[in-house]
Amino acid sequence: MTQQEALQEYLLRLADSDMILGQRLSELTGKAPAVEEELAVMNVALDLVGQARNWYEYAAELIDDGRDADKLVFLRDAHNYRNLLMVEQPNDDYAVTTARQFFFDVWHYFTLKSLVNASDERVATIAAKAVKEATYHLRRSSEWVKRMGDGTEESHRRIQDAFNLLWRFTGELVTPDDVDQAMFKAGIGPDPEQLKQDWFGMVREVAAQATLTVGEEDAWMYMGGKRGEHTEHLGHILAVMQFLPRAYPDATTW
Amino acid sequence: MTEHEPSSVDVLIASDRVPANARPELLTEDAIWALLDKVLDPEVPAVSVVELGIVRDLSWDGTHLSIDVTPTYSGCPATELIEELIAEAMRAAGIRDPQINRVLTPAWTTDWITEEGREKLRAFGIAPPEGSASKMSLLGADEVIACPLCGSTHTERLSEFGSTACKALYRCLDCREPFDYFKCI
Repeated sequence: MTQQEALQEYLLRLADSDMILGQRLSELTGKAPAVEEELAVMNVALDLVGQARNWYEYAAELIDDGRDADKLVFLRDAHNYRNLLMVEQPNDDYAVTTARQFFFDVWHYFTLKSLVNASDERVATIAAKAVKEATYHLRRSSEWVKRMGDGTEESHRRIQDAFNLLWRFTGELVTPDDVDQAMFKAGIGPDPEQLKQDWFGMVREVAAQATLTVGEEDAWMYMGGKRGEHTEHLGHILAVMQFLPRAYPDATTW
Repeated sequence: MTEHEPSSVDVLIASDRVPANARPELLTEDAIWALLDKVLDPEVPAVSVVELGIVRDLSWDGTHLSIDVTPTYSGCPATELIEELIAEAMRAAGIRDPQINRVLTPAWTTDWITEEGREKLRAFGIAPPEGSASKMSLLGADEVIACPLCGSTHTERLSEFGSTACKALYRCLDCREPFDYFKCI
């Protein structure tokens, strides 16, 4: 694997995780529990899709096989998607949506914060913009975790159940593979050890304030999203997201 | 997601609508900045793209115009529209094929909103950003936001996000009016 191949792969991971979470959140349009939350969720989704586009455009330039950002999004099948398994999990109840967002936001925040100093100028540029948005997302999701955890008996039970349900997907966020290691060595990606420490540190801190318990670091974890091995949910997301451009290829007005 | 390339048809239509400046080469850079200051943000039509701080730079040699524009947020849906509005205003002034560059770095910050822009936002009913973006803490306390309608600082946040990605939703506890706050980033 050359450094450029590793970078392409890494960019697709960042882009796909943003895109799939953005799509997942968009499913809540018209269905969020309160109008303020609807506004918030849609705005987070919008930020993520915008960031995805910036990553895809760079990835498309490096891949250089004639595909643009749209084609990468709409014409790849599940086994070619490189998103984290966490982001493809269903919205379920709002505690699950919130826990998923929080786990992702902590990872996203520390990853982007490190990418701001990447030796690759384009990566640093995109990250500098995105980290401001991710910071705001984390402020919001951590507030909700605390409010639900330290709220009523019912809200505490639900967010604790959500933490327990999603814990099995957290390992993938902080377990590096050869692509992550190659990016770190190239001075682009974050130090995997540091990322892991930062992630657990913040998750534990917020969980403690929220009176929640978190799982073990060495619990058995589902992984594979970064290699294209997904849970059954991704295919359903793509079926909805890709239907129109696949049914009407190259249509410019829908 | 395709870039809009100004076609000859666009130029013709623009010149049909607005009498094109026959001598664009006489325009000074200051005059072009003044023209840009008339292009309003489509989502916050109280302020211009210059007052909002999203026009970063321009270069003009009498025939070729190049303008650097930065988006407020990565996913701002108005990005293309703003670029098109700027290009259209330039074509209306007789400048052919203005080049609009989307630049991401340095990333836009609300610190770039001009004093005049802040006053206009307030008059429009949107509380302008408080404090400096660089001093914002990750999980710290919020700034005190004054109600743009009655001036009271007795306000509460209803949601981290408002009607667009760049705003949050607040309510005044004195005059009871809800209002948008332009988030500090």
